[in-house]
Amino acid sequence: MDANKYLNDISEIKNMMNRSSRFISLSGLSGILAGIYALVGAYLAYQTIYFDQAEMGSYKTLVISEQAVIKLLIIAGSVLILSVVTGIFLTVRKAQKQGEKIWDKSTQRLVINFLIPLITGGILILHLIEKEQFSLIAPLTLLFYGLAIINASTYTISNVRYLGVTLLVLAFISLWFIGYGLLFWAIGFGFCHIFYGAMMYFKYEKHS
Amino acid sequence: MKNLIQNINKTFDHRIRLGIMSVLMVNEYADFNRLKELLGVTDGNLASHAKALEAENYIAIEKQFVGKKPNTRYMTTPLGRKAFQEHIEALEKLIQNGN
Repeated sequence: MDANKYLNDISEIKNMMNRSSRFISLSGLSGILAGIYALVGAYLAYQTIYFDQAEMGSYKTLVISEQAVIKLLIIAGSVLILSVVTGIFLTVRKAQKQGEKIWDKSTQRLVINFLIPLITGGILILHLIEKEQFSLIAPLTLLFYGLAIINASTYTISNVRYLGVTLLVLAFISLWFIGYGLLFWAIGFGFCHIFYGAMMYFKYEKHS
Repeated sequence: MKNLIQNINKTFDHRIRLGIMSVLMVNEYADFNRLKELLGVTDGNLASHAKALEAENYIAIEKQFVGKKPNTRYMTTPLGRKAFQEHIEALEKLIQNGN
C-alpha cells in the first residue's frame, strides 16, 4: 500500500470539509481598501466638525449645523457603499479565480450570520438616534460589528475572528472615552481593517 | 502494521464515497445537487456511491418534496460517523508509520 495515497485521502477529506462548510475566497485586499476609505472618511468628517467650531471631546457642547450633519451622513454613506462594492467585487473575482461558487450554501450562511447581529445593532442604534442619545453610538457600532464578524467567522476563514475580538475590546475601551467616537471609528474601521486585511492578503493571496 | 490496515474501511476506499462522507461530517445534511456540485460527479455516479454507503447504514437518505420538486437529502448516521472517524484515525496512523 502506498503512503502517498493515504496522504491524498486525508487532504481530500480536509478540502471537502472546508469547501462544503466555509467560504474561503474572502478577499483580504478588500479589507485593506475598506480601511483606507474609512480613514479618508474619518479625516473628512473631522474637517467638517472642526470647521464647524466644535471641539472633540466635549460632546455635551457639540453643536453642529444641519448642513454639517448632512455632509457627515454623505461621508459615512459613501464609505459604506464604497467598502461593500469593493468587497463584493474583489471577493467575486477571487472566487472565480479559485473556481469556487459565489452564491451557494456556504456564502448564504456567511451572509445571514453576518447580518443578524449587524441588523440587530443597526435597529438599536437607529432607536438611540431617534431618542437623541448619541453618546453610545460609537461604542455600539464597534460592538455589533465585532459580534457580526465573530458570528460569521464560523463560515469563512477562521482568522477573521481575531478582527472581531479586537473590535469588541476597542468598543469597551471607547466606553470610557465618550466624545472620541470618531477616533475610535478611525482605529476600528480604519486601522484594524487595514491590519487584518493585510495579514489575510499576505497569508492567502500573495502567492496565488 | 497488520492491525492498522484492518482499520482501513474498504467502504470508504473511493474518492467519491470519501467526499460524500467528508461533506456530511461537517454539515447537518446536504441535498443531491449540492453534493453533485461539490464533488463534481455525474448523477448516476453519485447515486450509486450514495446507495453503497446507505447499504452499510453509514448514511441516511431522506426523500421529500420542496414545492413540486422532489428533493433528496443525505445525512450521516451515528454508525457512519463512528466508522468514518476510525477510518481517518487509521489513515493518520498509517501516514505516521510510513514516515
